[in-house]
Amino acid sequence: MNLAFHGFADDGKARLPGSLHVNRRLSRWLAFHPDGTATIRPGKVELGQGILTTLAQIAAEELGLPLPAIRIAPTVTGESPDEAVTSGSLSVQECGMALRHACADARALFMSVAAQSSGVPHEALRVEGGRFLAPDGAEISSYAALSDRDLLDAEASPDASPIPASARRVAGTSAPRLDLPPKLRGEPRFIHDMRLPGMLHARMIRPPRPDARLVTAPDFALREGDFLAVVAATEAEAARAAERATRLARWEGGTPLPADWTRWLEETPGERSTVAEHGEAKDGTSVLRRVFWRPFLAHGSVGTCCAVALWEAGALRVWSHSQGPYNLRTDLAKALHLPPEAVVVEHREGAGCYGHNGADDVALDAALCARAHPGRPVRALWTRAEELASAPLSPAMRVAVEVHRDDGGRITSWRSEARGNGHSGRPGRAKDPALLSAPLLPRAAPMPVSINPPLAGGGGVQRNLVPIYRVPHMKAEMVRLTEMPIRSSALRGLGALANVWAIESVMDELSEGDPVGFRLRHLDDPRAATVLLEAVDMSGFEERHKLPEGDGMGIALARYKNTGAWCAAVAHIRAEETLRCLSLHLACDMGEVINPDGALNQLEGGAIHGTSIALKEEARFDEERILSTSWDAYPVLRFSEVPRVMVKLITRPEEPPLGAGEPSVAPTIAAIANAVHQALGIRPTRMPFTPENLAKESD
Amino acid sequence: MDHHGTHHGGVRMGFTLNGRPVEHQGGVTLLEALRGDFALSGPRFGCGEERCGACHVLLDGESVPSCALPVEAAEGREVVTIEGLTPQRLQEAFEAEQAGQCGFCLSGILVSAAALLRRNPDPDEAAIRAALEPHLCRCGAHNRILRAVRRAAA
Repeated sequence: MNLAFHGFADDGKARLPGSLHVNRRLSRWLAFHPDGTATIRPGKVELGQGILTTLAQIAAEELGLPLPAIRIAPTVTGESPDEAVTSGSLSVQECGMALRHACADARALFMSVAAQSSGVPHEALRVEGGRFLAPDGAEISSYAALSDRDLLDAEASPDASPIPASARRVAGTSAPRLDLPPKLRGEPRFIHDMRLPGMLHARMIRPPRPDARLVTAPDFALREGDFLAVVAATEAEAARAAERATRLARWEGGTPLPADWTRWLEETPGERSTVAEHGEAKDGTSVLRRVFWRPFLAHGSVGTCCAVALWEAGALRVWSHSQGPYNLRTDLAKALHLPPEAVVVEHREGAGCYGHNGADDVALDAALCARAHPGRPVRALWTRAEELASAPLSPAMRVAVEVHRDDGGRITSWRSEARGNGHSGRPGRAKDPALLSAPLLPRAAPMPVSINPPLAGGGGVQRNLVPIYRVPHMKAEMVRLTEMPIRSSALRGLGALANVWAIESVMDELSEGDPVGFRLRHLDDPRAATVLLEAVDMSGFEERHKLPEGDGMGIALARYKNTGAWCAAVAHIRAEETLRCLSLHLACDMGEVINPDGALNQLEGGAIHGTSIALKEEARFDEERILSTSWDAYPVLRFSEVPRVMVKLITRPEEPPLGAGEPSVAPTIAAIANAVHQALGIRPTRMPFTPENLAKESD
Repeated sequence: MDHHGTHHGGVRMGFTLNGRPVEHQGGVTLLEALRGDFALSGPRFGCGEERCGACHVLLDGESVPSCALPVEAAEGREVVTIEGLTPQRLQEAFEAEQAGQCGFCLSGILVSAAALLRRNPDPDEAAIRAALEPHLCRCGAHNRILRAVRRAAA
C-alpha cells in the first residue's frame, strides 16, 4: 500500500485506519511475549527521523505497557506489513494510526478473554503495566499470561476504540529517542556496521554517462553487461581494486547531459496537463509575470549507501536501508529474474535519508556481486562520488507565475506552470526495474522515465503549485519532461521547494510592503492565518525596518501538499560577501503531535536543510559527467553558517497528525528569498541565492 | 587482551587504541584499520577525502580525520575513538539535548567536542562552531549539538 501514491480506494471493506486497512491481521502488527514485553512490527522504517520512538509511544499508550516493554522488529518482507514507502511525512498517519488502532483492538481482545475467564466484567477491568486488574487491584491476567494463545490471529475490528485524546499520557510527550544512546557510543547499529562470517566487500565502477557502454574492463573485475564491480576480502582491498579498475575501464557513448540546463528545461518536449483550475479567466488591469529556476539537487547524506546480500540455494537475502523493502523486493526480483518469494529484504538503518536516494540501487549492486559468490555475504558500499552523482537527483524546475489584479490591487487571476522531470522514479512501481544498475545488465530495459504522482497522492513537480490563497480564477499546469538524461526522483519536499518559493515570492511582491496583511486578506483558512501570525509575533517581523543596512527579514507561508501541516517561516539574513541566514522563526501546526521534541527536531532539521538548499546547493555537470562529486564541489551548510532556529508548535491533540519531516523546508527557502529583497532590493529568481546568481537578477 | 591487525604488507607497528596497546601490519588508512581490522563501528566512512568529519578520532588528543591518514601515522601514538571517550559527559549531554537525528555524524562530532573541551573547558558558541566546522550534519541537528556541547562544558 501507499496512500501517498494511490490515495484511498473503495475496496468494499470496512475502513480501517492507515495501513491497517490493507494489512488487516493483528498478528502482522504485534506479538506479546511471556516476559511481559510486546513486539511491534511497523512496515515504516527508521530513516534518522525518530519514527520508531514515536511508534513505540503509540503502542505503549494503547497497550498500557511501559515504553521499555515495547520491542521493535525490523521490517522484513514476508513478515512485516507491507506499507510500501516511508515517505511524504506520512508515517504517523499511515503506520502510527494503524498501530494505534491495532493495539487498542488487541487490548480489548485480551481484556475480554481475561474478563470471561475471571468473571470480572470487561468494563470493570483496567490495564496497568500490561497486567489486567480488577477494581480491588487484584491481578486477573496479563498480556504475558495469555501470550501463548493465538488471540492476535484475527482481523482487526473496525470497532476498536483507542484512548481518547484527553486521556493520552504517553503520546504527546517528548520521549527520548530510543536509538540515540547506542549511536552516541559508536555501537554497531547502522547497516555499514554489519559483520557476517565470511563477508566480502564490493565496490562499483560507474559509467560517466548513465547509459554509456563499457568497452574495456579489467580481468580482475566482475562484469555483467555494462555493470562493473570489484569484490575483495577486505574494504581496503576492494577500495584499491576499484581505483585500479576505474583507471583501466573504457566507456563510450551515452546520452549527453544537459549542460545548459535552463535552456534544456525550456526546449525539451514534455506532457502538459492541468493540475487544477477554477473560476473564469479574466485579465486584470495589471499583470505580474515571474519565472523561477531551481537547479538539480543532491541528497548528500553524510553516510554513503550500503547493502549486504547473500545468495544461497537460489534464494537471495538482502539487508538494506531502503525506504520501501517490499517495493525493493519487487524490482530486485525483476532485475534478477527471480520469483519475488525467492527474495527477502530486511531493513537495517542507514545514514539520514531525505528521499529516494541510492539505498535501493546499492541493494542490486550487492545482489549482483553476491550472485558471483554464492554462500558468501557481500557488503557493497558507495563512494562519496556515487552518493552525490549516481543516486537520483531532485530534478531541476522552472516555475512560471502570472498574476492579474484589479484596480483595487486584489488578485483576479492566478496562472502558473511548473516544468521539469518527474519527481517519482522509485522502485516497485514501473513495468521495468528502477534500480541504477538494472539497465546495465544484458538485454535489460532502459531506466523508466520518472513520473509525477497525482495531486491526491501528494503530487511531484506540481506539489504545492496551487496557492492556498483565495483567488477568483486559478489555473495551474505542469509539464513533465519525457526525456531523462539525469535520473530524477523524490527529495524532501519534491516540487514544493520551487513552487512555494514562486508563490510566496510573488505574494510578497504583490503585497507592496504589507506582506502579512496582504496574505491575510487572501486567506480563508484560520489555521494558516494562525501560524502566519505566530511567526510574525515570535520573530519581531513587524520591527524589520529597524534592521541595519544589509540585513533583511522575509516571511513565507505554506500548507505542505495543501493537505498536510501548516508552516510559516521568518528568516533574518545578512548580505556580506555571501548571504548568511542568521535566524529562522517558524510556527507550525501539524495537528496531533505524538512526540513534540521529535517533531521540533524534524522541523528544525528541515529548516536548516532548506537554508542549505537556498544558499548553496546545485548539482553541476557538463555533457560528459556530473562534476559535483565531492563536498568541495557540492558544498552544503556547515556549522559556521547554520542559523539559529526557533520553532513554535501549535498542537491540536484532537486533530489528525500531519507529519513533520518536510513542512518547514519550502517556507524557509521562500522566507530567505523574501529577506533578500529587504537586504538587497532584489527578488531572486535563480536558486541557489549565491552572489553569481543574484548578480544576474535585472531589477 | 591485545588486538592484532591482520592486514598483510608493511612492517608491524604499534599504537595505543582506546587505552590498550595494539599492533598492525600497516598498508591501509587508519579508518580501514579501525573498522576493518579492529572491528570498531564508531569511526565512520563518509567521504574518504577529509571533508565531512564522520571518521574523526583523537590522535594524541587532537581531533583528526582518519579516512585518508595512513595507519603508520599513528605509530607510537594514542588513538581514541568514540568507543573510548570517557567519562561519558558528552554522551549524556547529547542525550539530554536530544542532539542528533540519524546519528551518523555524531561519533566524529563528539570526538571533536572532546578535543575542544580539553583545550578550552568553557568554550562560547563561536568556539564550538569553529571546532565543529570540519563536520557535516545533513539532518540539521546543529543547534542541538551546539547546546549539547555547551551543556557538557557547564
